[in-house]
Amino acid sequence: MSETVLMKGNEAVAEAALRAGLDFYAAYPITPQTEILEYLSKKMPELGRVCVQADSEITAINMIMGAAYTGKRVLTSSAGPGISLKQEGLSYCAANDLPVVYVDVQRGGNGLANMGSCQTEYKREVTGGGNGDYHAIILAPASVQETADMVSLAYELAEKYRNIVGIMTEATIGQLVEPVTFKEAVDPASLPVPSWAKTGKMISSSDEPIKPRIKDAKPKADRAKYFQMKEEVQMWESTNVDDADYVVFAFGAPSRVVYDALLILREEGQKIGMIRPQTLWPYPEKALEELKEDVKGLISLETNCTGQMLPDVALARDLHFKDRHVPVYSCAYIVLDRIPTVMQVVDDIKAIISGQTEEAY
Amino acid sequence: MTTRKKPEVWKKDSSFCPGCGHGIVIRLIAELIEEMGVKSRELHAVGCACNLNGCWNDPQLQCPHGRAAAVAVGAKACEPDDLVFTYQGDGDAYVIGLSETMNAGYRGNITSIIINNNNFGMTGGQMSWTTLPGQTTTTSKKGRDALKEGEPFKGPELLSQFENVKFAARGAVYNPAEVNKTKALIKKAFELQMSGEGYGVVEVLCGCPTNWKMSPVDSNKWIEDAVTRYYGLGIIKDETAKILKEAI
Repeated sequence: MSETVLMKGNEAVAEAALRAGLDFYAAYPITPQTEILEYLSKKMPELGRVCVQADSEITAINMIMGAAYTGKRVLTSSAGPGISLKQEGLSYCAANDLPVVYVDVQRGGNGLANMGSCQTEYKREVTGGGNGDYHAIILAPASVQETADMVSLAYELAEKYRNIVGIMTEATIGQLVEPVTFKEAVDPASLPVPSWAKTGKMISSSDEPIKPRIKDAKPKADRAKYFQMKEEVQMWESTNVDDADYVVFAFGAPSRVVYDALLILREEGQKIGMIRPQTLWPYPEKALEELKEDVKGLISLETNCTGQMLPDVALARDLHFKDRHVPVYSCAYIVLDRIPTVMQVVDDIKAIISGQTEEAY
Repeated sequence: MTTRKKPEVWKKDSSFCPGCGHGIVIRLIAELIEEMGVKSRELHAVGCACNLNGCWNDPQLQCPHGRAAAVAVGAKACEPDDLVFTYQGDGDAYVIGLSETMNAGYRGNITSIIINNNNFGMTGGQMSWTTLPGQTTTTSKKGRDALKEGEPFKGPELLSQFENVKFAARGAVYNPAEVNKTKALIKKAFELQMSGEGYGVVEVLCGCPTNWKMSPVDSNKWIEDAVTRYYGLGIIKDETAKILKEAI
């Protein structure tokens, strides 16, 4: 294990990827993720690896598609509308079963969007984003250390399932400077060349070259793969859920605010717990098994104005509580340029407990 | 008469329309790969090039429409010793993929083989940027109005402005003599790439009898009489002599 250093979340992404054996990176500048490009444009040539400042986000995703096809570890990163531009390419990566890893440092809002620390890209990321019938595994770190850890995990998952993995952070996590300890560096030359590299063969049709027309085998294999990932990849962290009357679901930066709010509410005698999804797809439905039988309500807390995660909490509720109705509440923070304060969260949870807030589902 | 052996990479018959130029160009590429003895990779886009799937027995990757050049640049960066080329149509490389094509020429070290058949073939013969003035297509039923809809677009000429583009040429396959010349052009572009110096592009004028609603013979005649008046054949830029000499 190497020494602990202070580093920005975005730089930690870059350093962790280098240590995981990143061979090819391409991206286009966009705030608040440009530090990744800047960091790698300095370090990768020193290590004899390739970093390309692409002419667009579209070109960047297509370049890493070509690079991934050679079996190398690849990365692209962007934010907000930049990730939207990559959806076409990501769908093609899914069609070709390429283990591509990307980082989305979310922006806040629609269109150009702003630099606020927001979670307005949840919906796009967890549904696959591009046309077709696929899912990317979406990892959501809540600290710089977790960001670094999730980068190496992302490569393991991507290669295990031959699937896209997205790491969805947000402005606060990307810009925050925190202590971080990195794993030992892996030499890309020591990584085995995958058997499928440069063969143009899909996961489901090992003896046939890629064909654009959907055959039976491909959708069937995809379906099996997505079910398998749903079963095996769910990750979450729970805090005080065993005796909790209300359980908050929050990920990323706001989960840290919730953590502090829980301490205050506990001191006041309120039994509140938190489930912090670390994978947003697959959503950690299994986490509900930790809840007590007579839990009074679930709260989806996120920083976007429409409550993008809310339906996933409601679906997880439906899956687990089949005999009785457990209300699901929404705390969706519509102030797009910042995350809520601890006292704001405390007040909003109290409003739910006291019955002032109507259930959402 | 000499008989040509069918190249190994030509796995089985393609599904191009009768009289289409694609089959000839693919055959030339396949022969060159064998004759030059290179490891190869093919990267191509949607459109008529999709008909290659299943008949091409060599590494290939289906790319988004217009983006093949970007994919190829990424692959080439990881495998600099491989021959990496795009095989695209004019709608793909010059219309939707103009940015990716130009940027690959601007700084990439790949080869682009671009089939120019003056229309969008796969989607049923719509107007392309390469459609001739007055040419009728399903979206220019009274003939292309160059004043409103632009003059025919000349990709290799435009690309040749970049310092990084070392070879730009246009061939055709409407008679055996032109087929042989085109093969020589593609060979030079491949040799350039394998020497590690810069980008090469070869555009090939091809007939599209199905969408032009002409017989294959008439299509070839139309290319020779009308298309070549706008699209001059031959080398547009060639800086390979020095490079290839040094490489030897």
